[in-house]
Amino acid sequence: MNEIITARNVGMKFKAVTALTDVSIDVAPGEQVALLGHNGAGKTTLFRLILGFIKPTAGTISIDGHTPGSNPARRIVSYLPEQVMFPKMLTGREIVRFYAKLKGAPADEVQAVLRKVDLLDAADRRVATYSKGMRQRLGLAQALVGRPGLLLLDEPTSGLDPISRQHFYELTADVARQGGSVLLSSHGLSELEAKTDRVAILRNGELVANGPLAALQQEADLPIRIRVRASADAVDEVFALIGGKRLNCASVELLCPRSAKMATLSKISSLGPRVEDVDMTPPTLDEIYRHFSNLGPEPDMRSEK
Amino acid sequence: MNGVLTIAATEIRIGLRNRWIILSSLILLVFALILVLLGSAPTGEVKTDAVTVVVASLSTLSVYLVPLIALLLSFDAIAGEIDRGTLQLVLASPVSRGGVLLGKFLGHVFVLSVAVISGYGIAGLVAFYASGGGDLAALLGVGRLIASSIVLGATFVAIGYIASASVRQTGTAAALAVAIWLFAVVLYDLALLGGLLASRDGVFAHSIFPWLLVFNPADAFRLYNMSAINVAATGGNLGGAVGSATPLSGVWAMFSPVIWAVTALGISTMILNRVRP
Repeated sequence: MNEIITARNVGMKFKAVTALTDVSIDVAPGEQVALLGHNGAGKTTLFRLILGFIKPTAGTISIDGHTPGSNPARRIVSYLPEQVMFPKMLTGREIVRFYAKLKGAPADEVQAVLRKVDLLDAADRRVATYSKGMRQRLGLAQALVGRPGLLLLDEPTSGLDPISRQHFYELTADVARQGGSVLLSSHGLSELEAKTDRVAILRNGELVANGPLAALQQEADLPIRIRVRASADAVDEVFALIGGKRLNCASVELLCPRSAKMATLSKISSLGPRVEDVDMTPPTLDEIYRHFSNLGPEPDMRSEK
Repeated sequence: MNGVLTIAATEIRIGLRNRWIILSSLILLVFALILVLLGSAPTGEVKTDAVTVVVASLSTLSVYLVPLIALLLSFDAIAGEIDRGTLQLVLASPVSRGGVLLGKFLGHVFVLSVAVISGYGIAGLVAFYASGGGDLAALLGVGRLIASSIVLGATFVAIGYIASASVRQTGTAAALAVAIWLFAVVLYDLALLGGLLASRDGVFAHSIFPWLLVFNPADAFRLYNMSAINVAATGGNLGGAVGSATPLSGVWAMFSPVIWAVTALGISTMILNRVRP
């Protein structure tokens, strides 16, 4: 067994709150896993358990065979908390150097890591002058230094613009390519943009899904959304023929299961000139996430309210 | 050990950058210079070295200012880092929690030492030359004052860590630090004075009071400096007879702050070990 994280039936109870119930999850070397869940679902609690800051009230966790929080485990793990404010008076380079020394990483790695996160030009400026995105990248630099075997990232992309986010996933992919594992948490699937090997979804402290995104997509089996725009004056006719829901005076929207996709499309095409345009949207990542989080469908798909 | 020194070096760097070192040095220097200039007036009457008089005044100043500066340096050490999320990062790295505290302690004591040495050192030299040179032994008194002030400061740095590790908010830690300062350097002495006045039979004054006096690191510091001055200024009345009546006289009085510092570091490490960031 050479998993980096092995969690078996982990439960965590605080005084009045049960934060995690019977969570079992493995992360292999070189694997990138996204941990999803809304606020309070237990993502940060799981991270704190993996870091050894708190001890599980049930079950076991091991980090490459070591107890979380033990010295060998801490040498493997690198952490980026959701919110971190580095000392404003220090420069980015000084901060990365500080954590490199604490982790016993060689000094020349500091420069390499700063280049990786694109902070080389600002490295000798004080953190007080950094933008939010730069601070986030500095946090990542701090986590990357020391070639961690396991990168724990709590909501790492929440403050990033799309381009930085893409760059961010390139960096975690780099870590995975070198054999490191990445476990990152996020509020929603759309932020992930399908960049991880596996998705685990926590709901109220329980692991409700754990698998590759494609498998989850199949399992959820959410309907495809088809939007038909009828030509002038034909909308009532189209609506009568294919059903669904009228959006406005020109369009009709219908949801159809994946298995009925082709049949529905041929039915629409048989309407001939009465249809001007057809848009087809597969279930979005957010819809899949909502399905497993049991939040119900998106507001505009609800019948009431 | 590498981690400890890294943390200490970073604390010193932060102390330089946020101008803590320069500010506390200036505060000590300004107060010390005021005392030097005011203290030069009564020199003739007490027939002691001008510098010795200054040392006596400065040691009283130290009792108030040094613990305050020390507590201001240390109250933020743990609570603030939890607030900002950096403690989690440090604790996630392979450094022991005791090592984290020790590193901060070394850094903060260094910052304090720079302030005390430059503040009192300059004031001492000014007094020395203003009184036209004079006895070199008086300069030794300044050195003794500086050294014991650093020990006193280290004690309150360590006590400040207890406050900082026991609460989660920086604001609460600050309030606790102020309360500790008020109690140790003001209220404690008032209470002792009240006790002396209340117990007419002298049992309190003879058998309890001296121990209570040495128990407080700030009072022990004062005792040490006053008794040292007593020896230096032969026949002088500056220190009174207090020094000879206490259970730990002379340099032994400094045991109190040292023991306090070690104990406080131990207690704060114990509390930090229980913190769940």
